[in-house]
Amino acid sequence: MEVKLFGAWSSPFVRRVEWALKIKGIKYEYIEEDLYNKSPSLLTYSPINKQVPVLLHDGKPIIESMVIIEYIDDTWKQKPLLPIDPYQRSMARFWSQYVEDKFYESVKRAFFTEGEEQKAAVESAVEALKPLEQELKGKKFFCGEEIGFVDLVAGWIAHWLEVVEEVLCIKVVDPENFPSLCAWMKNFVEVPVIKENLPARDQMPGFYRMLRQSGLASCDGK
Amino acid sequence: MATEKGEVLLLDLWVSVFGQRCRIALAEKGVEYEYREESLLDKSPLLLKMNPIHKKIPVLIHDGKPVCESLIIVQYIDEVWTNNPLLPSDSYERAKARFWADFVDKKIYECGTKLWRLKGEAHDEAKKDMIEILKLLEGELGDKKYFGGETFGFMDIAFVPFTAWFYSYETLGNFSTENECPKLVAWAKRCMERESVTKSLPHPYKVYEVVVKLKKRFGVE
Repeated sequence: MEVKLFGAWSSPFVRRVEWALKIKGIKYEYIEEDLYNKSPSLLTYSPINKQVPVLLHDGKPIIESMVIIEYIDDTWKQKPLLPIDPYQRSMARFWSQYVEDKFYESVKRAFFTEGEEQKAAVESAVEALKPLEQELKGKKFFCGEEIGFVDLVAGWIAHWLEVVEEVLCIKVVDPENFPSLCAWMKNFVEVPVIKENLPARDQMPGFYRMLRQSGLASCDGK
Repeated sequence: MATEKGEVLLLDLWVSVFGQRCRIALAEKGVEYEYREESLLDKSPLLLKMNPIHKKIPVLIHDGKPVCESLIIVQYIDEVWTNNPLLPSDSYERAKARFWADFVDKKIYECGTKLWRLKGEAHDEAKKDMIEILKLLEGELGDKKYFGGETFGFMDIAFVPFTAWFYSYETLGNFSTENECPKLVAWAKRCMERESVTKSLPHPYKVYEVVVKLKKRFGVE
């Protein structure tokens, strides 16, 4: 049963899949993609989105990070990532989708814009954090004492967001306003499987500055 | 409305493709429920209480507990009422169904909105995009009876409500879905042979009436 993962070192979407694989103790071969020069394999396995991550299991490709994590959870039953109870599962899916659609999208908009548009996106991002702060009150992780699906999806906040804040010279997560979220971030990156699997912090600002510049440049023509 | 698994209430809006997904899923499972029509301009206190974050329909309320977001609701229905499974049993097939349902969510609604809301070059771009999206979906369907194979399931439920909008897309975009995607049109007809679908979807002309009203309201003629 062969498992391969096509990824990129900087991508939080790839890391969340790796975290899921490592939590379950699944052996896999990792293939680093150059996102500016995508391999023919990647383009074959992900013809629509042409993006990482792609999980290849016995030759069959699975794409979209959240779909991949549910696939991993469905296929390997040890250390479940989603709760067993259907209502708890629906809440986990709800919060994962919320982090992705509301918070991540606002941060992405702030990252690739300037001026008033960026200011509005940052405000939107801060607003989007409030329900998350509420949800985390009194909890170590989103679904209890162990990390699970929602933590993996939201995990980029604990390591990548600080880099975004540095590159954009903004502050989104203010410890005074978001104490539960800050505590969660600290707890999350201390989990051994996460701690041992994060991109090097010192390499990230340079990479993300370049990414922002190329993103802004490609918007100029529109 | 009580079932042997508790009281089920659906807060919805007749023309919502997202609400229709939930209705089809409940009907496929034979679940009795109370349907409550919401007004988007005058949302009920119950809706605002049960979905305080998004304040949107559909919301499924099962024994007083709310489930929000249509694809999450459909999966919840599938996991609670285990007769007539909607998601495939094979994990790879499940992943494909989830991917394509997510694709429909990300692409069609937004593109469809652009078709009625925009004019000129932007409108032509939206038309091109819509045809491309439909062709990709047709490619995934292939010669299968349904997206899931022989059995009507999750991906069919995710997409079929949009077929009531084909007439509107065609009229706004001046193209024929039958010419561009004959297999999709045939699939839509097969889905309409199911009572769960015919009872849940509005007539395409009724949908078009809504689009015309929306265009007037937003000053797009």
